[in-house]
Amino acid sequence: MNIVISNTSEKPIYQQLFEQISAQIIKGEIEKGYILPPIRQAAKELRISIITVKKAWEELERCGLIYTITGKGCFVADLSSDDILQKRNEMILKQMTTDTSYYKSFGLTIEEIYELMKTVY
Amino acid sequence: MLAIDVNNLNKKYKNFHLKDVCFQLEKGYIMGFIGTNGAGKTTTLKSILNMIHIDGGEINILGKNFIKHEMELKQEIGYAFGGIDYYTRNKIRQVTNVVKRFYKNWDEEAYFNYLKKFNLDENKKIVELSAGMRVNYNLALALSHGAKLLILDEPTSGLDPVARDNLLDIFQELVEEGEISILFSTHITSDLEKCADYITYINNGQIIKSSEKEEFINTYRLLNGGESQLHEVKDHLISYKINSFGFTGLIHTKDFDPSSNIKSTLPNLEEIMIYFSKKEEQHV
Repeated sequence: MNIVISNTSEKPIYQQLFEQISAQIIKGEIEKGYILPPIRQAAKELRISIITVKKAWEELERCGLIYTITGKGCFVADLSSDDILQKRNEMILKQMTTDTSYYKSFGLTIEEIYELMKTVY
Repeated sequence: MLAIDVNNLNKKYKNFHLKDVCFQLEKGYIMGFIGTNGAGKTTTLKSILNMIHIDGGEINILGKNFIKHEMELKQEIGYAFGGIDYYTRNKIRQVTNVVKRFYKNWDEEAYFNYLKKFNLDENKKIVELSAGMRVNYNLALALSHGAKLLILDEPTSGLDPVARDNLLDIFQELVEEGEISILFSTHITSDLEKCADYITYINNGQIIKSSEKEEFINTYRLLNGGESQLHEVKDHLISYKINSFGFTGLIHTKDFDPSSNIKSTLPNLEEIMIYFSKKEEQHV
């Protein structure tokens, strides 16, 4: 599991954690059954507060990407390829919704967005 | 369980009033205690430890009333107020021999580990130590009797950046098992941005806010706009500064309309402190 935390980013740290870990789970870089480090250990190693890590882990659990067994730890969930696809799309759509409202504020049509997107993709 | 539970603490001096101070620290976490010089940080910490006589309020430590169980609780508390400043003509070894007798659970191994970590030589006299080394020595004493709660007044001031970083590492190692809690005051807020779980902010003897760190920061927004936009938000701003490019000001998030054109960002702890202090100047 790789995590890079930026302190200069406007994004809250727990969200950075959540996004990076969920992306790695969805891309299959972290395998099912992988045990996430204990919250307090992760906080110490990443030099961030315990509550920040706790929030990120809770968010991952809420999204069904990990599950907790009390006393044992947090495990990466066993997701079918359908689940993964669905979760991936959910996340992409969420980002697209934010981006779209930005494009709309400039009055772009979907065709214009599409053309522009092609030039950068 | 609560490591610290302060309720309606009051202390009146001629020119200063600690007013209805309340805050709680959950066991196993780090709380940063911030405020400008003279805001009441040290007075609050000393009140918690019964080192000054309070006028009113109740303090519970590790679930027990502090006044009733003072001796017993002091065994479980490590505290350091600045650097060591007594027996200055004696060697570290001699001072330690005096201090360790007070503690039932003195841990010689931990003590020597900290001496090593802090690069302290037992044969040096206190008077020969630099300001930073005196702070570190005091911390070594505070950390070496198996304390469950650490109360530290500005432990990082006087330390160089490397030493401060090492100290924050030690703090996070200490709370890792979830048994030890730390309350420390500081005005070097960058020390807290990362490792603190909770922030308590005192200003002019009153607690402005005590909460989980991200929630604390999220309560406020720093606004940045042209001078013509100032009137839109002026009445709600905690305080503001104007220059030839426009204004910057601090506002409660709840008072700010996010659809407004004024640019808003999350403030850091330092900015929150600065604008709150400015508020007072404006009212005087």
